[in-house]
Amino acid sequence: MSATTVAHDDVHHDHPTGIMRWLTTTNHKDIGTMYLTFSLVMFLVGGAMVLGIRAELFQPGLQLMNPDFYNQLIGVHALIMIFAALMPAATGFANWMIPLQIGAPDMALPRLNNWGFWLLPPSAILLTLPFTLALFGIGDGAIATGWTFYPPLSVQGGIGVDFAIFAVHLLGVSSVMGSINIIVTLFNMRAPGMTLMKMPMFAWGWLITAFLLVATIPVLAGAVTMLLTDRHFGTHFFDAAGGGDPIMFQHLFWFFGHPEVYILLLPVWGFIPQILQTFSRKPMYGYKAQVYSLWAIGALAVVVWAHHFFTAGMPVPALLYFMYSTMAISLPLAVLFFCWIKTMWKGSMTFETPMLFAVGWIILFGIGGLTGLVLADVAADAQYHNSYFVVAHFHYTLFAGGIMGIMAGVYYWLPKMTGNMYDENLGKLHFWLTAISFNLTFIPQFFVGLAGMPRRIPDYALQFAEFNMISTISAFALGLSQLLFVYIIIKCVKGGKKATDKVWEGSEGLEWTLPSPPPYHSFTEQPVIK
Amino acid sequence: MEPVNNPDSLKPKTKTELDNANTKLAKKMVWVAAGSLLFAFALVPLYDVLCSITGLNGKTDNAASTLTKAKVDNSRNVTVQFTSAVMPGLGWNFYPKQASITLHPGKIETVLFEAKNITSQVVVGQAIPSVSPGIASVYLKKVECFCFVNQSLKPGETKVMPLRFFIDPALPKDVSEMTLSYSFFEATKK
Repeated sequence: MSATTVAHDDVHHDHPTGIMRWLTTTNHKDIGTMYLTFSLVMFLVGGAMVLGIRAELFQPGLQLMNPDFYNQLIGVHALIMIFAALMPAATGFANWMIPLQIGAPDMALPRLNNWGFWLLPPSAILLTLPFTLALFGIGDGAIATGWTFYPPLSVQGGIGVDFAIFAVHLLGVSSVMGSINIIVTLFNMRAPGMTLMKMPMFAWGWLITAFLLVATIPVLAGAVTMLLTDRHFGTHFFDAAGGGDPIMFQHLFWFFGHPEVYILLLPVWGFIPQILQTFSRKPMYGYKAQVYSLWAIGALAVVVWAHHFFTAGMPVPALLYFMYSTMAISLPLAVLFFCWIKTMWKGSMTFETPMLFAVGWIILFGIGGLTGLVLADVAADAQYHNSYFVVAHFHYTLFAGGIMGIMAGVYYWLPKMTGNMYDENLGKLHFWLTAISFNLTFIPQFFVGLAGMPRRIPDYALQFAEFNMISTISAFALGLSQLLFVYIIIKCVKGGKKATDKVWEGSEGLEWTLPSPPPYHSFTEQPVIK
Repeated sequence: MEPVNNPDSLKPKTKTELDNANTKLAKKMVWVAAGSLLFAFALVPLYDVLCSITGLNGKTDNAASTLTKAKVDNSRNVTVQFTSAVMPGLGWNFYPKQASITLHPGKIETVLFEAKNITSQVVVGQAIPSVSPGIASVYLKKVECFCFVNQSLKPGETKVMPLRFFIDPALPKDVSEMTLSYSFFEATKK
């Protein structure tokens, strides 16, 4: 992506070149590109870790690694995928596309933007460094508590926990800065005439995400700080010996953790309708209904957290409240699903790669949502809690709903960002490989979960062997398919058929009025929206 | 949403005005973020208050209750089961002398717990109680308990420790069984 943007640098500006360009850049497109590249790299790192996990689960018994290392892979895989792959990908799109979509010359706070990005690589290093340190006999490896940091395990854990806590601090600061930037950009930098209710849906999705991030990430930062002082400075926030309560950590964590799920998904819910309308060649159905639904989900997201630990013990009225409020989220979500499908209804649809991903996304994310409804049921959750059913559920929401959505966005905007069309045949092949191997990986996990296979355990009972074998083989197919994704992107960045300004026949919006790739400074003349 | 040249009524802000507006809004957002960090720490005392009112987390009052004036409710029985745990780092054996007791609400009973120091040092321990179901915890009233203070055991010493308690007759009718669990933690001053 870098090579092409360089070609369009405005001649009358001095830019540092080489590495200094990327270190010092305050250009929203450069920073967006760095976010997306970082995300792709970390996606592969996190994917490699999970292939280690799946390889261990290929057969019952312990073959490849000890349980400690397995637990470390589990925790770091999740932290990397959530904080270093999915979130930066969404932020990358925000940086690239929000100024273009709302007719702004750049993000509102460009320096903050640069800083926000450059906090990410150090935090990724903090997360993974303990693996390397352990090789030299320093410490006992990375965080082994799972991504949720539950005490007492996290209070007792080794230096990996401290590294992860500091990584979360940095990631938190980075995403709060990114969010503030997006909020300010959306409120102050819209082109004349673009009222809030004329903003593209992607901007709406991100605005709500940004508010959720500013409100909840500091709670996570506070919770892990308490963990840190419990570990090293003699406090007893979560340590029962001193009168603390480990359950309180679960409340604090999930007060952040549940909105986090929507933080990961709301940007995707923003641009998927734009993709659907582009390839259905029809205006988006129910714009207002979608905006209100996004707000409703954003608001409900912060009041449902305790459904993540129904089994930890709660009075019945609390169980009922968290069950019903959780299930209530399915109402605005159903409105969204209806709008997405209605957008396609009787449209002149074509199925280029972004549309394939978008339509596949609706179905797979739908499965994720419906299985979540099952988990929200207190009575049923007693059986499903901490089983592979949960693992399959959240991979349907976060891999299909998150990452496959992001991939739809990549194919949709890649021609705009690079100026070249990607290889359509390879793109379609990538979609089918991903969709099929994804389902073959996770459908068996629903079954073993229902049958009682617990998550986060490196060994399992013999009756789960066949399903796990299918799951592992498919997971490797899924992982290797992503190398094709990388190849397609590199090929597209290097060259290919030139993309037109509009790129797609049915594309609507300001970003498609600019050349592909857009010039270094986007709008020399501020657009005005009627 | 085609860009058009119609700037009549729409006055774009000057660069300085825009920069000031951006900084102002960004500062507000920093305050929001700082507020939610504060909120996280404020949740700690809030959680404690909520739990001591509702018994949400199964914590009992760690102070002696006065003898009840309420009458003994002979019409119903409540079974209290006892469990014990020794946390890592504490070299003790610790167990209840009886597994459970069935009593009428309002009646004071005494049960015994035994602890033995199996190390060669003087060790101080602190017992932390927890009641399940949590809703019952506020109705379990202790008159005397080894958990009110630190317990110190000499090397090899065995100590039989009493717990005198009663069940508040106001206990909801649907609770007929509860579990009182004690975890002993190391509390030696280092």
